[in-house]
Amino acid sequence: MTIRVYDIAHARAGDKGNTSNISVTAYDDEGWQVIHRELTSERVLGHFRHLGAGPVRRYELPQLRALNFVIENALGGGVTRSLAIDPHGKSLSAWMLTIELPGHNEGAT
Amino acid sequence: MARDKIRIGCGAGFSDDRIPPGVEIVEKGELDYLAMECLAERTIARETLDRTKDPTKGYTPMLLERMAAIMPPALKRGVKIVTNMGAANPMGAANVLRKHAPDWGCPDYTCAVVCGDEVTDLMRAHPELALMEDGAPLESLLPRMASANAYLGADVVAQGFATGADLVITGRVADPALFLGPMLHAFGWSYNDYPKLANGTLVGHLLECSGQLTGGCFADPGMKEVEDLAGLGYPLADVWADGRVEVSKTPGSGGRLDVATCTEQLLYEMHDPSAYITPDCVLDVSNVSFQQLSKDRVALHGARGKPRTATYKVVVGYFDGYMGSGEMGFAGVNAVARAKLGIEVVKERLRRRGLSYSEMRIDLIGMNSLHANDAALAPEPYEVRLRIAARTTDKKAAEAVGAEVRSLHMQGPTGAGGGVNFGARQILAVKSVLIPREWVRPEIVMERAA
Repeated sequence: MTIRVYDIAHARAGDKGNTSNISVTAYDDEGWQVIHRELTSERVLGHFRHLGAGPVRRYELPQLRALNFVIENALGGGVTRSLAIDPHGKSLSAWMLTIELPGHNEGAT
Repeated sequence: MARDKIRIGCGAGFSDDRIPPGVEIVEKGELDYLAMECLAERTIARETLDRTKDPTKGYTPMLLERMAAIMPPALKRGVKIVTNMGAANPMGAANVLRKHAPDWGCPDYTCAVVCGDEVTDLMRAHPELALMEDGAPLESLLPRMASANAYLGADVVAQGFATGADLVITGRVADPALFLGPMLHAFGWSYNDYPKLANGTLVGHLLECSGQLTGGCFADPGMKEVEDLAGLGYPLADVWADGRVEVSKTPGSGGRLDVATCTEQLLYEMHDPSAYITPDCVLDVSNVSFQQLSKDRVALHGARGKPRTATYKVVVGYFDGYMGSGEMGFAGVNAVARAKLGIEVVKERLRRRGLSYSEMRIDLIGMNSLHANDAALAPEPYEVRLRIAARTTDKKAAEAVGAEVRSLHMQGPTGAGGGVNFGARQILAVKSVLIPREWVRPEIVMERAA
């Protein structure tokens, strides 16, 4: 059993230069336990690596049930010079939410 | 003029933001101040070019249209306005407003202009400065420099209001400073009072993107509902002299403002939550929490501040060649294979013309254009659009990209249709440097009727 981030959390992406930051906020405490345990910076890097992105830093805000991922080199050179159709990477929040995590009954992998 | 509480609204969050919600918050928000943030990182470079061509221009292109709608109801209600729509020419903005305002029924008002953020001469004098992005010397960009502006803080905004002005027009100031400035002015907060600076900066950070706090950039049918998204209202903040802050939105407007929307916007464009650097303080939101007081009203708790740094951040705009692009659509049986053939044809035709590009990006819109995921893994769609974009220093080579994509209509695979976006544009890129505060000399200039 895997669990999709989309089903337990919501996300928003922002940009600064060539760095994307994507927050992931769990809808409830149970979801927070799962993303806090399973949505590691390594897993996020694996999901974004094909963009040439990395490294990834993760910040935790437990009082908000939120994680903040800072993903360097994710924006094709940055808003001003990127050839991408979404130079701000605003849609990358939706890509983050497609990550599949091990279910919360299986323990950490 | 010590006060106990002020209310600040956001009337615009980007240069082309919608105007009706700005008018609505002025008319129904019972505001003391309205802040409008209209300058992205690179827009000021574009405006600097406008000013080079015409010394009276260089302000935000939507200035007159927006102010014609906002100024009459604001002045009538005594709502004071601050905006960075001065862009590359704040005094020019003030002058052109004075020329038109009488036609809008606004013959009498006072306007303070914040000057001094423009620092291209300083950049030329200090080619040794290191770029924040890659550590390279600034010198490498100077021949291609289009603009350079320091992010000023809230102190200059407060000084603008201290003149008694109804309207404060700035060029580049840090976005949250547009909101903190009125608080410094109204309450006389000092730069040693970090908890208050932190709360005021947090308010500015939350409000500066207008509808992104109130249900914009949020709705997902079935998961995250937003009531009357079409009528999305803009946010406002009640700030008390002791630093207490609550955020809400235009009464009766659409949208939603709650812990979820506040959490998303808190982390928007934020890296390390314990060190969000602004010219006014280093904001630490790592312990921020939100308390829902009532529908669409949230109290902010837990912001902390550390002293402002000794430097200003300067964003340098520079020319970085050209980008050309074009799109063409394919649909029906075997659409993806035909789109891929179209791509190969365009690439080969550009090659045979002897044109080369430092970078080329190929997208199959409908399959991989937004996230560059593996198109081989995407389900085959009924229709797909090919998109080719390329970077070059040669304007003609950039234009050739769109032209070759366009010609697929008649000289490409069968069933090519719906081509668009065949443009070439000059790229204005940005990089940053830090400079000592004392190098920059902001000043407040009163604009007066001629």
